[in-house]
Amino acid sequence: MTEERQYSAPGDEIETRKPVTVSRYRGITRLNHWVTAFTMIGLILSGMALFHPSLYFLTGLFGGGPTTRWLHPLMGILLFFSFLLLFLQMWRLNLPKREDAEWLANIKEVVKGEEENLPELGKYNAGQKFVFWGMSGLILVMIVTGVMIWEQYFPGLVSIPVRRVAVAVHALSAVAAVLIFIVHVYAAIWTRGTIRAMTRGTVTGGWAYRHHRKWLRELAGRRKTDPAE
Amino acid sequence: MTTERAPQPTTAAANPPIQPMASNLLPSDVVRASAMRDLPAPERQLTKVAKLIDVSRCIGCKACQSACIEWNDTHPDVEENVGVYENPHDLTPEMFTLMRFTEYANPETHELEWLIRKDGCMHCEDPGCLTACPAPGAIVQYSNGIVDFISDNCIGCGYCVAGCPFDIPRIHKTAHVSKKCTLCSDRVAVGQGPACAKACPTQAIVFGTKDEMIAHAEMRIEDLKERGYEKAGLYDPQGVGGTHVMYVLHHADKPSLYADLPDDPKISAVVKGWKGAAKDVGLAAMGIAAVGAMAHGALARANEVSAHDDAEAQEMVAHAAERLAVEPQEAARPQEGAP
Ligand code: HEM
Ligand code: SF4
Ligand code: SF4
Ligand code: SF4
Repeated sequence: MTEERQYSAPGDEIETRKPVTVSRYRGITRLNHWVTAFTMIGLILSGMALFHPSLYFLTGLFGGGPTTRWLHPLMGILLFFSFLLLFLQMWRLNLPKREDAEWLANIKEVVKGEEENLPELGKYNAGQKFVFWGMSGLILVMIVTGVMIWEQYFPGLVSIPVRRVAVAVHALSAVAAVLIFIVHVYAAIWTRGTIRAMTRGTVTGGWAYRHHRKWLRELAGRRKTDPAE
Repeated sequence: MTTERAPQPTTAAANPPIQPMASNLLPSDVVRASAMRDLPAPERQLTKVAKLIDVSRCIGCKACQSACIEWNDTHPDVEENVGVYENPHDLTPEMFTLMRFTEYANPETHELEWLIRKDGCMHCEDPGCLTACPAPGAIVQYSNGIVDFISDNCIGCGYCVAGCPFDIPRIHKTAHVSKKCTLCSDRVAVGQGPACAKACPTQAIVFGTKDEMIAHAEMRIEDLKERGYEKAGLYDPQGVGGTHVMYVLHHADKPSLYADLPDDPKISAVVKGWKGAAKDVGLAAMGIAAVGAMAHGALARANEVSAHDDAEAQEMVAHAAERLAVEPQEAARPQEGAP
């Protein structure tokens, strides 16, 4: 017997009923997320060291300039594959839906924290989807341009004029990625009760009801364990 | 020990002083350094120097290449002969200068001309390599115009490769540092001219103050014009602020004839944008976003889950559980407004 999931991912389920807690991310997904997050932080710190002279001191964190130069692209490769795994788990639920437009049109209410007047949402809201697709695009751009400027292993891969464009695009994408990163972290903290989804793996029923009601409703309507999965 | 400072060199032909002399190219003579914005103002201004390469006089003997290898103690690989005169095939981290050969069928005279150009760092007044480099002090420019790579500070990232309009720097495969012609800064520092200039048997390479070299070039150009090279001229490209390695060309109207010497070299606009506004605007944007987020996080009301939300959730789950118990198949379907 299978129950179609529309708004939830495999592993999402009502964990306890009194009080309601809902499991949002499995252990493996959380591990995947934190590997991605720490790699990203390492990339930002090492990349920024080369980006601006006033941040060059950050190379000290990695054991000096040459080590930073060596390590940064390797972390980039790790990030790419780690993010790829997350992407495969999450892309479907991040596809845009009709309610996203309405949610966005009422973004003021969201900022005020008055979600009562907004459409019910599945597992992700438009903001989360923006972070997801933004990061996906930027990481793709950064891996491609990063390989093009990777002196140690791909010195002559592209012509010098292309290399100039690649390094500029890489730097601009990095700035954009940092901005999205800030939005992502900020939103996770401002929306109280979110962090535990990535630490303990569960959220409270109230959180799910308030922010992702369709998702909660779907889970509530499902049998607890699902042999088909 | 005598530690009198060496005089500034005036010509490569002069014999070196024989008594020991202290370097006359001091850290305080650095006027620009990569990724360092506020250098102390230099105490003195050295006379600008230049190396002048008279292409019309070069016989392609490569004595300069040998002298460069000798003096800098580099070890270029022995390569295969692939039927061209260039040896090695390109500049390498072990070969700072390279004779490049072009066979040019002059459409006006119907003569075959063999153009030989000694390639290597041009020691730009406005060096693209230095602009691009992210490592503080890895590339410096002295007040006499010499652009030098300081390997101890170099991280081997290769940004200088992208920055240079002349395709000069090469990153060493094992040492992971960037290498190029130093204009023999270590010789110039003790009053001697560059090794390549010293070795040249035809004086196609001469060295001295930049003014003298321009004057010398004018004489040569006059001579060439008299011999029918009407377009003879000096290559001292202003797009990079002039260079401290200059050429006398017989066809100064077409520098690219000489193995793609750039006609009008300048630091690419992409590099300028990347290393200019993009850095400060980018840094500011990230800084403001981070500080703004922290301030807003500290001051603004957070988005809290209310007791009402919890109660609603409780009810939704309990209600659904009842339905599941009563009509298992029905309840499994999506409900209420779901498409
Ligand atoms: C989120 C991920 C990433 C961020 C935030 C990031 C950031 C940066 C930044 C800011 C720079 C300095 C640019 C400049 O100097 O203007 C840089 C350089 C560089 N990046 Fe990335 N980057 C990321 C991913 C990657 C990836 C996936 C690769 C792939 C191989 C890569 C390879 C490089 C290379 C080769 C350099 C030149 C310096 C070096 O060799 O270490 N980066 N990066
Ligand atoms: S490789 Fe070039 S750009 Fe990079 S640190 Fe060394 S000199 Fe500077
Ligand atoms: S020719 Fe290239 S490497 Fe030499 S000073 Fe100019 S920009 Fe730098
Ligand atoms: S000036 Fe010195 S380093 Fe430069 S090509 Fe001549 S010999 Fe080599």
